[in-house]
Amino acid sequence: MKRTDTAARPGLPRRIWRFLASPSGVISVGVLAFGGFAAGVLFWGGFHTALEMTNNEQFCISCHEMKDNVYAEYQGTIHQNNASGVRATCPDCHVPKEWGPKMLRKIKASKELYGHFVTQSIWTEQKFNEKRIDLAANEWARMKSNDSHECRNCHNFGFMDFTLQENRAAADHQTAIDGGKTCIDCHQGIAHDLPANYLDRYREVVTDLENRGVIPRASQPEVAAVSAFVGETRLD
Amino acid sequence: MKKLAFLGALALPAIVVAGLALAQSAAETGAGVKSLRGVQPDVELDVEPVFHQEKQRFVRNYRLQPPLIPHSIDKYQIDMRANECLACHDWKNAGNRGAPTLSMTHYTDRDGIQTENVASRRWFCNQCHVPQADAPALVENLFHSLGQ
Repeated sequence: MKRTDTAARPGLPRRIWRFLASPSGVISVGVLAFGGFAAGVLFWGGFHTALEMTNNEQFCISCHEMKDNVYAEYQGTIHQNNASGVRATCPDCHVPKEWGPKMLRKIKASKELYGHFVTQSIWTEQKFNEKRIDLAANEWARMKSNDSHECRNCHNFGFMDFTLQENRAAADHQTAIDGGKTCIDCHQGIAHDLPANYLDRYREVVTDLENRGVIPRASQPEVAAVSAFVGETRLD
Repeated sequence: MKKLAFLGALALPAIVVAGLALAQSAAETGAGVKSLRGVQPDVELDVEPVFHQEKQRFVRNYRLQPPLIPHSIDKYQIDMRANECLACHDWKNAGNRGAPTLSMTHYTDRDGIQTENVASRRWFCNQCHVPQADAPALVENLFHSLGQ
């Protein structure tokens, strides 16, 4: 039978809204409240478990791009092989621990799936090495703009005993604190190989972040103040 | 026939146990087992002593001696792509990092032309510059410095 009164039947969104908004006629409040709570716990637990399954070293190296390049280079570095046997695995450095930033990083990572399955942009060792400096620059930019947050999950200036460090390390760390430096300013390439001209590219990354206002501009020595101090006139 | 099967069933566990015992004794004596480290697996090997990096500045033993490295260089990348030593010791960085600058001879290529970046023949620092450990000498050395 053909319907003639189309005006009487509301659209799909409105029908769904009416269904959700109308009170339940058959289910008790107890079932709705506690059942809903239990379902929520199960859903959240399941979501979190599934998320953590994509957040460990074994998952990362299930793609050959990671296993044959960055994971192979990571072998024998200080974060994989050291006196105490404590290890920092891929997500410890590359995925934030806090929930919000972690979700953002996971969403951004969908581009990596696109690169793996569709464009195959780092499919071979040669392709990977061609893109290495760009990939590294991404990580440098991330670490520079969040004050090396993932390093600082474990390494904290406040708990470093400078007297136990090599003299030059202790002196440089003090300089870093005084000058507002962050870990990645000096410690590039600690877990993976560095590409050619890495330091020039790192400086470009920092300048770019400063120009975009992501990080405050590094303080320049104040020529006028220095000149006044040493009693010279500026020659310009 | 039934009797035979019954006897066989009784004998089976005994055979298995005897086989296991034989295998166990073979493993205990290590007969036929060759270890890759050259000794039998049940022989304890001493771990070689680890000698640590010396961190003072060294006096040169002769006038043109390449200076020794007074810090650890473990895991520093020096290869075709990158040279991490230059992050502090290149003339462009040494001032900021409070590190000694490379000798200016290292910025002259084999044709005698002065270069902005370190000459490629000087790229591999640890061909000449090495760190020192407080280890006993491997061979007898009768060298005496002229200056001493």
